Amino acid sequence: MLHIKCPHCGMRSQNEFSYGGDATVKRPELNKEVTDQEWDNFVYNRVSPRGKHLELWQHLSGCRQWIKVERDTASHEIFKTYKANEEIA
Amino acid sequence: MAQSYRIETGGLINRNKKISFKFNGVTYFGYDGDTLASALLANGVHLVGRSFKYHRPRGFFGAGVDEPYAVVQLYRNGETEPNIKATEQELFEGLEASSVNCWPSVNFDIGAINNFLKIFLPAGFYYKTFMWPKSFWYKIYEPFIRKAAGLGVASTKHDKERYEHKYEYCDLLIAGSGPSGLASAYSAAKNGAKVILAEDKPRYGGSLLTSDVNIGNQSGKDWADGIISELKEMPNVTVKNRSQVFGYYDHNMLVMSEKVSDHLPETKKYHPNKRLWYIRAKEVLISSGSIERPIVFGNNDTPGVMLSSAAKEYLKVYGVLVGKKPLVFTNNDSGYETAIEFKKHGVDPIVLDSRSNPQSEIIDEAKNLGINIKNSYVVVAAQGYKKVKSADVATISEDKKTLGKIENINCDCICVSGFWTPTIHLASQSGNKTKFNEEIDAFVPGVSKQNETTLGAANGVFTLEETLKTSFEKGKELSKKITEKDNEVSIPNVVEKKYSKHDKFWCVPLPKGKSYKRFLDFQNDVAVSDVEIALREGYRSIEHVKRYTTLGMATDQGKTSNLNGLQLVSEIENKVVPSVGHTTFRPPYTPISIGAIVGREVGKHSKPTRKSPIHNWHEEHNAVFVDAGVWLRPRYYKRGNETLIEASKREAKNVRTNVGVCDVTTLGKIDVKGPDAAEFLNRVYTNAWLKLPVGKARYGVMLREDGIVMDDGTTTRISENHYHMTTTTAQAANVLSHLEYYLQLVWPELNVNVVSTTEQWAGAAIAGPKSRELLQKLFPKTDVSKEGLPFMGYVEGDLFGVKARIFRISFSGELAYEVNVESDNGRFMWEKIIELGEEFKIQPYGTEALSTLRIEMGHVAGSELDGRTIPYDNALEGLLSKKKDFIGKRSLQRAAFVAEDRQRIVGVVPLDKKTSIPEGSHLVKDANAPLPNKKLGHISASCWSVEHDNPFSLAILKDGKNMIGEKLFVMSPLKNKVIPVEIVSSHYVDPKGERVRS
Ligand SMILES: [Zn+2]
Repeated sequence: MLHIKCPHCGMRSQNEFSYGGDATVKRPELNKEVTDQEWDNFVYNRVSPRGKHLELWQHLSGCRQWIKVERDTASHEIFKTYKANEEIA
Repeated sequence: MAQSYRIETGGLINRNKKISFKFNGVTYFGYDGDTLASALLANGVHLVGRSFKYHRPRGFFGAGVDEPYAVVQLYRNGETEPNIKATEQELFEGLEASSVNCWPSVNFDIGAINNFLKIFLPAGFYYKTFMWPKSFWYKIYEPFIRKAAGLGVASTKHDKERYEHKYEYCDLLIAGSGPSGLASAYSAAKNGAKVILAEDKPRYGGSLLTSDVNIGNQSGKDWADGIISELKEMPNVTVKNRSQVFGYYDHNMLVMSEKVSDHLPETKKYHPNKRLWYIRAKEVLISSGSIERPIVFGNNDTPGVMLSSAAKEYLKVYGVLVGKKPLVFTNNDSGYETAIEFKKHGVDPIVLDSRSNPQSEIIDEAKNLGINIKNSYVVVAAQGYKKVKSADVATISEDKKTLGKIENINCDCICVSGFWTPTIHLASQSGNKTKFNEEIDAFVPGVSKQNETTLGAANGVFTLEETLKTSFEKGKELSKKITEKDNEVSIPNVVEKKYSKHDKFWCVPLPKGKSYKRFLDFQNDVAVSDVEIALREGYRSIEHVKRYTTLGMATDQGKTSNLNGLQLVSEIENKVVPSVGHTTFRPPYTPISIGAIVGREVGKHSKPTRKSPIHNWHEEHNAVFVDAGVWLRPRYYKRGNETLIEASKREAKNVRTNVGVCDVTTLGKIDVKGPDAAEFLNRVYTNAWLKLPVGKARYGVMLREDGIVMDDGTTTRISENHYHMTTTTAQAANVLSHLEYYLQLVWPELNVNVVSTTEQWAGAAIAGPKSRELLQKLFPKTDVSKEGLPFMGYVEGDLFGVKARIFRISFSGELAYEVNVESDNGRFMWEKIIELGEEFKIQPYGTEALSTLRIEMGHVAGSELDGRTIPYDNALEGLLSKKKDFIGKRSLQRAAFVAEDRQRIVGVVPLDKKTSIPEGSHLVKDANAPLPNKKLGHISASCWSVEHDNPFSLAILKDGKNMIGEKLFVMSPLKNKVIPVEIVSSHYVDPKGERVRS
């Protein structure tokens, strides 16, 4: 079980969180014309990298904040966690 | 029966407390402090089971967790548990156990015929032998294997024992209380670190209990006892015996199983049977010691052949002689320790040493005691079937390839020592890159992946002096990093005997013309010949050899077999062991009972049960409940002998003719507040929200980004910046997360807060033509007339002193209202409704009637919004705003979503107006078409229409728009039904929606 540092609450076990996928995906702005390809990339297409990956988790059974977690998908090492609106270093 | 193999005095057992127990129906006696194994051996019982494949007689091989085959079925206090190691099970008064793996009995086992049909069960036998003829599988092979190859029987009864889970955090977790565990725990504890010291056995001290050493002028055992009692007094230390750390997981999370009650005749009141500890440790010290390695020789599985360290432990800890004519077969000095113990207790052992001229202190001691030592000698084969009767021995050449003339020596046990294998399972589970240590012919931990350090014998260090020194230092160093304290601990003086080098010899060659089975893996019955077959058949990777032969698998995880298996593969392949590599060690290290893993989450506790504040009233009024997510909801209120159908028809009909009341507390409720709340709703819902006035409700549909309908419900504008959103019962949690996602990550600029208020409000739906009259009685001061409270209107009211929210919304399609009060007033509200509704013939209705009402109205619910449908499919396209963007809108342009013949909701009526249509059935054009018959759609929900008094269903049907009036067939292969049906509009009742607006 992973040990994730919630930037709001501190170190908590994985079972308090739910996974939310790739954190680098950006939703196209509302009312903006987007091509099929751009929309597909937003909704469906994801890379599955081995190594560093910035991903979303929600501290569901805690503060309910969505956070960003930089994690190695192979070793599970967590390098850094960010608040939802924090600049990614 | 006398304990004829028990010595007069000595051992750590309590001879004042005699214990009776039964094994295979025979009553024996042992002492308090015995294991089942030591007590049986004290009674001269060696035959405990049959081997897994060949059903050969098997006895005891080890004295603890390393035991590969003395597995028994245990009976305790009316319960039974399989897969118990007799070497670990402590004796208690009234214990009963029986052999497994033998049928009909341990003494006469029909499966032992496998032993003589050699062709029957070689390596890969499952893959080859039982493949053909196919028809034999069910009738002959499978029943035979099932009957013959069990490792015990699981109880089919409900387990009345309780199991607990515990979460713990500590600075240092130390696995194993041998010398390295004690020393590191002690110095870390002195530095103020929070320490957990875990020992799998009942007694602390590990090897110190059986070794002949002196620490700080005390015996090893006395020193260990002193350290343990000091540690137990320290508030920062938790010391746990009978506790096995069996798994090392990510981020330094370890799991430990504590046997709280297994050593007692019955579990004490309020105590669990076992407790599973999830421990998050900053640092982990692995002091799990080492396990003695067997030497491979002919018939080395005969009862009476055992590890020399086990024989020593039975003698020193339990006062039990495993034999009276022992033969010790060793390739190192450890065997001499066992021989000396025998000699001290008046038994004359013979030592066979594979080395030609070993010299050391301990060998000198053995010689001085007059022990018969034969150098360059090996055991070629054990003789005897159910018990060792003698041993064929021979000299062996210096290159270990040639045997001399075979002699036969009388003996009743053979104690084997092939040197020591560090127990690296935990380190390996952690991700440690283990390395091969040529000095000891074994793998030891290498580069750590997590914060784990391995100490002492587990790290391949076999001298006590070095073990203690490094362990004291490591405990101090690691704790200092955490507590920043640096307290000196003096390292005691150690007196121990120096060992000479062991012989890198592990397998006795077969003498000419003999084909003895030489076992590598005792638990899985893998012999040298099996591995040879696997390699001959082309298996190369050690992982493949493992699976083909079953070497090192199952509960044993290669504790005694791993290295000898690797030696063999490397020898045949002409490679060195490190390049063969070892297979993965998997948790659990030793079998853990399923009960402990499940913990308290069984039965009613497997998930939370949520009840509405009106639940007790429902119970008092014969409600039959149904699980709705984690909620319990009344399905119907049973009157007399009514069936579900009868009751739900009555309840639904009463709503259509008079008035009914339904507990809708379970609906998800979310408060949406803030100056940008309207804008937010406008983005979340598909329809327009910016112009909804205060005091009005609106129905809304929300999509996922992929265009699929996520949920629906009504949202009411309570005040300027305050909206009350409702969701379906099932989707409440997902919708909240969904809203939080957009507010926190996508549109943080919106000034909006959302919070769940599901538990804050109790809700009652009052539905039916007489609902307005009832409502007026409930709220005499409030204008609830058609004009005062129009459809989709909202007012606050005073319910006899209780503040209430009144919504004019309808799920049933009738004139209807929903009244919410604070949860604590839920029952008050409900009873008032029932009391004042009496004159209108009110009846409560459950979810079954609720479904009937919504189905015949064509209102969609969870069975249509099933994660596969878009708004059009549910006839909700009228709610899609063309003027604004919203979540998921862009996806609705997908080609499949705009296809001309897109699926759409329809109504379905059986042509005979009688036959009920099973939900989930498929719709087809031609019931007799060849398979696969093309599916046109499926039945999503079915009811008995109370309005039309015939069955009615909703379906999602391809090209549903153009199918009204078509005749199709409903097919349910599960229920073996074919029903001719007509497709009708999904609005079967009041298609214009006049009633809700009346
Ligand atoms: Zn948090």
